[in-house]
Amino acid sequence: MKMIVGVGEMNIVVCVKEIPDPEMPASVFSIDPEKRRAVLPAGRKMVISDYDERAVEAVLRIKDTQECRVTALSMGGSSAIEVLRHCLSMGCDDAVLLSDPLFLDSDSFVTASVLAAAINKIGHVDLVTCGVEEGEWDEGQVGAGIAELLKVPCVTAVADIKISGDRVVMNRVVEDGREVVEVPLPALATVGSEIGEPRYSSVRKIREAMRKEIRVWSSDDITPPKQRNEMLALFIPARREVACEFFEGETAEEKAVKLAEALRAAKLI
Amino acid sequence: MERKGILIVGEFNGSRMSSLTAELLGIGRTLADVRRGELAAVFIGSWIDHMVALQAIAAGADKVYLMDASIFREYLADTYLAALKGLVNEIQPEVLLLGHSSMGKDLAPRLAFSLGTGLTTDCIDLSFDAATGLLRKTKPVYGGNACATYVCYGGYPQMATIRAKVFLPRPPDVSRKGEVIPWQPRISGEESRVKIIKRVKEDLPGIKLEEANVVICGGRGIGGPEGFKKLDELAQILRGAVGGTRIASDKKWVPSACQIGLTGKLVSPSLYIGLAVSGASQHLAGIAGNTVVAAVNKDPAANIFSRARYGIVDDYQKVLPALIEKCRQLCSG
Repeated sequence: MKMIVGVGEMNIVVCVKEIPDPEMPASVFSIDPEKRRAVLPAGRKMVISDYDERAVEAVLRIKDTQECRVTALSMGGSSAIEVLRHCLSMGCDDAVLLSDPLFLDSDSFVTASVLAAAINKIGHVDLVTCGVEEGEWDEGQVGAGIAELLKVPCVTAVADIKISGDRVVMNRVVEDGREVVEVPLPALATVGSEIGEPRYSSVRKIREAMRKEIRVWSSDDITPPKQRNEMLALFIPARREVACEFFEGETAEEKAVKLAEALRAAKLI
Repeated sequence: MERKGILIVGEFNGSRMSSLTAELLGIGRTLADVRRGELAAVFIGSWIDHMVALQAIAAGADKVYLMDASIFREYLADTYLAALKGLVNEIQPEVLLLGHSSMGKDLAPRLAFSLGTGLTTDCIDLSFDAATGLLRKTKPVYGGNACATYVCYGGYPQMATIRAKVFLPRPPDVSRKGEVIPWQPRISGEESRVKIIKRVKEDLPGIKLEEANVVICGGRGIGGPEGFKKLDELAQILRGAVGGTRIASDKKWVPSACQIGLTGKLVSPSLYIGLAVSGASQHLAGIAGNTVVAAVNKDPAANIFSRARYGIVDDYQKVLPALIEKCRQLCSG
């Protein structure tokens, strides 16, 4: 990553991932233990990971205030194209898909390495963002991994990003409050939900996004390294059977009184 | 060089070791005993109270490394990373564990990439694989809907971060003997690229959510910040704390520090009362296994009822005033 701040526009890359719709109820969630993946039920889609969508929002807020070029980058199957189109419709300028059978079922180490190589290939990048974690394997290590591989400073769980010359000031969420930190560019930030809700795409933007070209890079362009972690098993843990006692009554008030009495009898209140 | 021993990265506040560190030492001791090996802990900071080291020994550590220097006064990833990497390269542990805390989440991935090894985060079970001798690391995936078990073939140390309140700490044994080793990290005044300009503590009034014995939680159906005021009223009567789901936190009906779930706070009260909470897996994953759940929701098919011990199918707005009244009456006597 080379810094070219002050020379024309800023270049930002936002890494996004497709995941099975996390809003689907637990009752329809199932897995294929052989393939070690979730089975997508009929009628459910792969969608952009929630935090990644907020990472897109975070950089578009920068783009709202100053000139910059935002590239959305995703590693995934052909369905990741939809996720990239969604990023374009939100306001990203470019999109690159990293798709290859060799990239499938990558661990965090391989994923971060391939994304870092792609960012190097994109060239002069000032800022990289991604979600604090993706909603599939919930690892939360790809962002920090990319930063480590690119040897740029990394700020995790940010709630706000402001560019100020060749530096960036961020609000970071920690256990007992917040930190305001400053880092020189180029840098990487992982974005949490505290940044607020992502913007909606207009119909016009959605139409424009459909016509934009999405570059596809494969293992011809980037050689993935060897995996570090291997998944031995994927399973649904045995649920403790909890029989729910429902309180009935003529009125809501009556039910409430019964609940309070039951909690008292069980010494819970 | 043969890799041996378990190393955990401890955290502390003033003169107290954190509860998550006691849990790290609990599972670390178990793993070290399987190997008949040593358990070491490292604490990084400035003017570290010796009490912290003694607490770690009482909780199971054989050795405690203290990295005490003014540059470690506050947590900065660059300096902590350089210091830890030096120690790991020197003592070559077989297993390296951190807590899945603010610091652990920030530091562990960078440490793993920097050491070229594989990390598994947010683990809820750790054991040695009988066949390969490698560390089996199990963690929730898909927002808590499933679990996956990993091993790292490709590097050392075997690394994991552990989820809070899952592993049991050992009861402190003050008669345990251990060695306290002041450790001078060989870092040449490494400048952190990240500068902290300001720290804002968000001290929320009342009982801390993680420590409360009763938690009242509101979800999407509460509809706004006004609704949460009623929840506060119930919490006061029951001497509990109020939390919210991710939606409630996103919409700023509750402070983000009060979000319960996989990506927010993990709570372990005796009683959790969920009002207008649908019960998404990622939310339920934030409630400890032995907590009794009571739920009020209009929708009889709401997922929360699959976790609840007590349920009311009705509008929370109609239930809550009567619940407050009855609880006030029961708890005042």
